Amino acid sequence: MITETAQKQANVEVETPLLVVENLTRLYGHGCPRCLELTGPETGTNTCSNCGTLVACADVNFEVYEGEILGVVGESGSGKTTLLRCLYGDVAPTKGQAFLKSFGNGRQDIFQASSQQARYLQDFVMGMVRQNPAQGLHLHITAGGNIAERLLAAEWRNVADIRERSGALLNRMEVPLNRMDHYPAFFSGGMQQRVQIAKALANHPVLLLLDEMTTGLDVSVQAGVIDLVKEVQRESGVAIVVVSHDLGVIRLLSERTLVMKNGRVVENGLTDQILEDPQHPYTQLLVSSSNS
Amino acid sequence: MLKDLITTEENYNYAFLDEGSKREIRRNLLKAVAIPGYQVPFGSRELPIGRGWGTGGLQITLSLIGQGDIVKVIDQGTDAGVNAANIRRLIERTAPDVTTTFQTSEATIIQTRHRIPEEKMQAGQLLVLQVPLPEPLRLVERSENATRRMHADKNYSRMWVALYEEIVKHGLLARAYSYPVMVNGRYVMAPSPIPRWDVEKLNNAEHLSLFGAGREKRLYAVPPRTAVVPLDFEDYPFTVEDFHGIRCQRCGAEHSFLDEITTEAGQKTYMCSDTAYCDEQVAKKVAEREMQKEFAG
Amino acid sequence: MGYVAVKGGIDAILAAEELVKLGRLQSRSELLQIDQLIEQQRMAVDQVMSEAGLYDEKLAALALKQAEGDLMEAGFLLRAYKSTLERLGYSLPIDTSRMKVLRRISSAFKNIPGGQVLGRTRDYTQRLLDFNLIEEIRVPESAFQQPKATTNMPKFSRVSDLLRAEGLLAALAPSEQEPFDITRDTLKFPAPRSARLQTLARGESGAMVALGYSSLRGYGMVHPTISELRYGKVPVEFLHPLTGNPVTVGQLRVTEVEALNHAYSIVGRDKDGIAEQESQNKDGETVAPLYELGYGLVYGQNERKAISMSILDRALDIGGDAPSSDQEFVLYHIDSVESSGFVEHLKLPHYVTFQSSLDRSREETRLAYAAEAGKK
Repeated sequence: MITETAQKQANVEVETPLLVVENLTRLYGHGCPRCLELTGPETGTNTCSNCGTLVACADVNFEVYEGEILGVVGESGSGKTTLLRCLYGDVAPTKGQAFLKSFGNGRQDIFQASSQQARYLQDFVMGMVRQNPAQGLHLHITAGGNIAERLLAAEWRNVADIRERSGALLNRMEVPLNRMDHYPAFFSGGMQQRVQIAKALANHPVLLLLDEMTTGLDVSVQAGVIDLVKEVQRESGVAIVVVSHDLGVIRLLSERTLVMKNGRVVENGLTDQILEDPQHPYTQLLVSSSNS
Repeated sequence: MLKDLITTEENYNYAFLDEGSKREIRRNLLKAVAIPGYQVPFGSRELPIGRGWGTGGLQITLSLIGQGDIVKVIDQGTDAGVNAANIRRLIERTAPDVTTTFQTSEATIIQTRHRIPEEKMQAGQLLVLQVPLPEPLRLVERSENATRRMHADKNYSRMWVALYEEIVKHGLLARAYSYPVMVNGRYVMAPSPIPRWDVEKLNNAEHLSLFGAGREKRLYAVPPRTAVVPLDFEDYPFTVEDFHGIRCQRCGAEHSFLDEITTEAGQKTYMCSDTAYCDEQVAKKVAEREMQKEFAG
Repeated sequence: MGYVAVKGGIDAILAAEELVKLGRLQSRSELLQIDQLIEQQRMAVDQVMSEAGLYDEKLAALALKQAEGDLMEAGFLLRAYKSTLERLGYSLPIDTSRMKVLRRISSAFKNIPGGQVLGRTRDYTQRLLDFNLIEEIRVPESAFQQPKATTNMPKFSRVSDLLRAEGLLAALAPSEQEPFDITRDTLKFPAPRSARLQTLARGESGAMVALGYSSLRGYGMVHPTISELRYGKVPVEFLHPLTGNPVTVGQLRVTEVEALNHAYSIVGRDKDGIAEQESQNKDGETVAPLYELGYGLVYGQNERKAISMSILDRALDIGGDAPSSDQEFVLYHIDSVESSGFVEHLKLPHYVTFQSSLDRSREETRLAYAAEAGKK
């Protein structure tokens, strides 16, 4: 990572990251001075043996640049979903800061945003696709209505225009137009996910967060969704943080990857390099079991 | 007629409520006026009429009336119906120095259930509306906690989605009465179950409108000259009830909300819902005819 | 042609009022006296006081008489009357350990200090209609085998205090906060416990029994064991405005229930995995309490309501998916004046809103037909 001072010294025009996350930490419980020491990949646990606090993630630092796809891989308990939920504003972190280029010139900590600012971030700056479509969609509002919700938040007030844009998004996600006025409760899992993606992209966010987006889908369906995401990313240039326990998904999508275990980042680098030459023993384990 | 043995006014305070309660309600009303469209929670008191029968509106009226006030009470637009008569009676019994009237222009305070008088109200007049369900977002969210948050964040997207879905499902904006409005560009408000016909009377009005929900314990207000705009779409605009050019059978009024009545003979006929307005139109016509006769003969 | 007028509302009301009064007065039987209701229909009087949140036997009996036995109507009369009364202040909290016990049982234990006092209860009577009551002749008191006079009633320490001494129940922590006043402030959610208990204390018995029942049957997790139920008279004290000393101004009959529920886990953690309050037992050891109390307190003798209250107190505390644990669902719908008022308001004229709704329905139909015609 190149620091700002180093940039100035080098007098080189270096791109500033779209998203900078520093020291992201989330505890569940009272916490004690030994929590961090007693948890993590070395101890192999997320639970502090001293006070019982759960350390979901700690000391997470990373950057995401405009237009890039960052993968986050790890098993359950690794902290990868917590990370995403903190970024999107579902939960508040215990410690840490995060800065988005499009928010306060990258100088305002998004974790300190007011509730109105947080909603602005959710409606316009970020999009989130959740593992369980029931949590990301209103299953009893029409597919078009789900997308309309985003547009209405952006103060679109013409029904024909709303339907045209919703229709276009659904179409791009290969959801047949005749399903626009149907309820996602009756869609297949794959189609529900595609509606979620369409909804997340409605207001042209700069950052898309994908939380185990393909988990629970048939393997054949997974491939289709992944391809779609890649195409859309190429067209729109949206930056993506994709979280998965499946190294295969990460391999297909991301250029750089974070590997997480027991709430900590254990390895961070170009996806290809990590797969070819994993440094951390856990990453080695992941790669070898994914290959066999 | 049995003598009214229940009347023991010595046991009851002026205008029924104790003074402390009245003061509290007035203070909350001031807060409501200061934040147009915002629902102010208040310690709603029980009254001798049922919860759901107008205790909110009545608490407002009872807290505001004093000597010299002229009160009009209507329900479904009419002064003489049972509920309006009952409320008027309670006011007369507990505040004997207040007069009551059927005439809109004469009243200082008009308490109403579900209609706004046809005759335009003037500056200095108070309109007190009875509200069963003050929360416009209850349609889309049953939790009070969640709806308070939505108002605080000015997050009305779920309300808008509900209107969009109605258009998809029904082909039109399906909400008939209690149509959600945006007040002063900040709060979405339930204007009480008035028909759409009456909504524009709240917009940029000369008079002050006060809303009371006794059972739900909320007060809110629309000050004079405040914008009240129904939520609608460019291509699906807000429309009022359509009487297809039918006039009131009795007074001939063209621009009045009409009640549909089926006669004994099975015929459909239409009459002004605002009976005082109807009476005035009839009186005007009679007066005109008299004048014509004078000039003719 | 003539028009159909909806005039004469006041005449209709006055005529209806006359009928209401006449109906009762035309009865051939003797007029009911207030004392008869207090003495011979005391359960109804107690329920009315309890649901109105106003303790006054005479007024409650008057309301019952006027309402011809309609409990919700009587509660409504009393509650409305409260609104015209000036509030003088707040009494000191009543101390049920000073209760002159008329009845006291424990389901959790077979023997308790002071013993189980069944008292005056129908619980173990056989529900056979007693036809002797039809043509009843007053039987002298001497004909009954009465229990010995209770002048030497043992002191009834609370079962819950014994459990606290063992550390099985969390110690009572003194609260610095002012209790909420539901008659002056509106409920916000999550509601503080004092607000929940107040709403339950004057809640409608039937609604509370139904919700408590739902929890016992599985629509909820609360199925407690009664640590203690006591019914009797407690003194009510006010602080004298000048001397500052407590002065007894009267006494209330109340029913109190304390019900035991398992705390979240043996280790004393709540559902987020956060360690719950720990307490010390009499040996000074720190232990996590195994039990939590659900509390019920109502005016008069109304045991099923007090028990239901203790179930709902606990259910609202633990939260969760069950209807009985949903604070807004429970607290908004158990007030008898509000619930009966709104349900009955449907009898009011709604023809303007219905006219408006007809307008929309007719328009929608017109559009649908037009669309169909357009397709052909």
